[in-house]
Amino acid sequence: MSDRSPTIVDGLDEPTHSLREAPQPHGPVVIEARGINKTFRIPEHKVDTLKERAVHPLTRIEHRELHALRDVSFNIHRGEFFGIVGRNGSGKSTLLKIMASIYRADSGRVRMAGRVAPFIELGVGVNPELTARENAVLNGVMMGLTRREAQRRLGAVIDFAELHEFADLKLKNYSSGMMVRFAFAVMVQADADIMLIDEVLAVGDAAFAQKCMDVFHARRAAGKTIVLVTHDMATVQSMCHRAMLLEEGEVSYIGEPDATALRYYRLNFAGTRPRIDEREPMVDFNAKVLSATLRDRSGAAVDNVEQGAPITIDVELEAVRGLEGPNFAFHVRGDDGQVVFAFSTSLEDRVPAGGHMRLRGTIENRLVPGRYYLDCWVRQTESQTVVAVQGLRLLAFVVYGTAPREGVVTVAAEVEASIVSPAAAEETAP
Amino acid sequence: MTDQSLELREVPGPSALGGGTRRALELLYVIAVNDFKQTYFGTALGYLWSLARPLLTFGVLLAVFTHVFHFAAKVPHYPVFLLFNVVLFGFFQESTMIAVGSIVGHEAVVRKTQFPRLVIPMAVVATAVFNLALNLVVAFVFVLAFGIAPSWTWFGLIPVLLALFVFTAAVSMLVSALYPRFRDVSLIWSVLALALFYATPVLYPLSLVSSNLLRNVIALNPLTPVLTLAQRWITEPSTPWPGSAALGGPVRLAISILIYAAVCALAVWIFRREAPRIAEEL
Repeated sequence: MSDRSPTIVDGLDEPTHSLREAPQPHGPVVIEARGINKTFRIPEHKVDTLKERAVHPLTRIEHRELHALRDVSFNIHRGEFFGIVGRNGSGKSTLLKIMASIYRADSGRVRMAGRVAPFIELGVGVNPELTARENAVLNGVMMGLTRREAQRRLGAVIDFAELHEFADLKLKNYSSGMMVRFAFAVMVQADADIMLIDEVLAVGDAAFAQKCMDVFHARRAAGKTIVLVTHDMATVQSMCHRAMLLEEGEVSYIGEPDATALRYYRLNFAGTRPRIDEREPMVDFNAKVLSATLRDRSGAAVDNVEQGAPITIDVELEAVRGLEGPNFAFHVRGDDGQVVFAFSTSLEDRVPAGGHMRLRGTIENRLVPGRYYLDCWVRQTESQTVVAVQGLRLLAFVVYGTAPREGVVTVAAEVEASIVSPAAAEETAP
Repeated sequence: MTDQSLELREVPGPSALGGGTRRALELLYVIAVNDFKQTYFGTALGYLWSLARPLLTFGVLLAVFTHVFHFAAKVPHYPVFLLFNVVLFGFFQESTMIAVGSIVGHEAVVRKTQFPRLVIPMAVVATAVFNLALNLVVAFVFVLAFGIAPSWTWFGLIPVLLALFVFTAAVSMLVSALYPRFRDVSLIWSVLALALFYATPVLYPLSLVSSNLLRNVIALNPLTPVLTLAQRWITEPSTPWPGSAALGGPVRLAISILIYAAVCALAVWIFRREAPRIAEEL
């Protein structure tokens, strides 16, 4: 938050570009994928011994076909930071592995220009029995450097990882934090034209993630082409020039990162109901929930809400015992249990035991994207001093959207900046 | 970037030498050197351990075959004969047995980097070559200690070792490529390697096999001429060419050379066929 320029998010229809320069002008194409298909054949009954093969030479092995990628085509231009997003199993990692020559496509072709370095996982090929120096050279060679080049960059790697005192220590004696720093430093040394990255950013602490970001920024600024497979829409939105959404192996969308991120969120949250958290079991002694529904503007029942769209609730409760003018206090809580805001309403009259009550209304939605819970406290004044309070968890929902998750709510703000002192030049001129 | 580097090239896909021959060779070198260092400087006794095994095998076999079977009387320079055969066959056995599981053992690099598949079994063979070289030094010390004078025919060992190396590399490729798909290859190979030990004139010279059938079978083994020639050039420099009789006759020698070539061709063919899919089989 500190070094970013403040952004005022105002609905989803106007994506903010403040974290990003203007979209990259199209340079020459450096990655060209055409009609990539990949099917994994998963045998129903795995024959993995020669004995079985020899005993049943004629038995046809039944296969289940898993279409990981279907007719995937795209172009990536030089200097582009290109995101590939999708849910688990959408084929994004398979695609990256085909681009990285780890898997072979069944049909279609990928053509690339320049030196390619894949980063599928941090610390692959690191040998814990070797020292940091030896590992750095080994990895450098694995990345396609010559031994001499790798030797020459050794100093830079150790510098970057801040591991001077430990350069001759075997990696098995490293702490996990040192290991991550080392593995990343090693990875970054390969000075490739095209970097293929698969969620390596997910490891390490915030400071380390920031360091990774700085490196990717630097690489992007240096005109390197970067392809990033990720789940993290914040990264997509802040770093990518364009992003592609894969859905069940097919290209569902290629374009602006914000638009891609929004489609990703819709795909994730529009169709699924988040589980209501069972952490606090609540006793039904005042009332019990018959139904609790979230509705959109048109009145249709939904499970999750888009950021900025008003939240309409429709709740039906049954009085477990006779309630005398009950009060209903609503709490909207964040994922951490913190109450974000509250509102309340009450009934003037007596509700007999077994009577049904309905609570309906619309709430302004200023919540930043995230997971929320709606609780309702049913209160009844027993006497002057005793209040029977009962909490009911009504709803769990996700607010989805592409705004950065900063703070808890978004508010409208009109703030202008101006210079007060020294005054402008022409006014002070004699 | 130059214009040339902007030219779109088809992604090669995974293969035996994916990423270019130069990179594969560099990788092979770095990995083999590291493995070697790890073996010899990683433990307190280092080199002694790797020497202990062939020497112990040699000692036991020597005791059994001189005192129980009285081979020393029938075979000239039997201790030297046995030592050389144990060292040479040991190289073949060590390489192939470790190579079987090598690709599966390097699962991470195979599945997550563009790694030339061939480098993995070859690094195993290369490490075994270092071992062989050191064992041969010790073997030659024994040769001199046993009173055999150095001879120019010792240089004949170089092509023989080369032939042994190629065959070992081929079998290592073969078993390492098959293992990810057929997990019983390691069991099959451990039995086959043992059978091969007895079907190769390691403990005895071919001429001492009395059964005609057995002699014919053993003569077809590609390792037979390799070991026989090596032994002949070390211990009997006066008759460097053993004559076809010692090798089972020209026809059988030719067949054994054919088998040698066929195993090598099969290894290359299977490895090239399996290399692109190995990542998916793991």
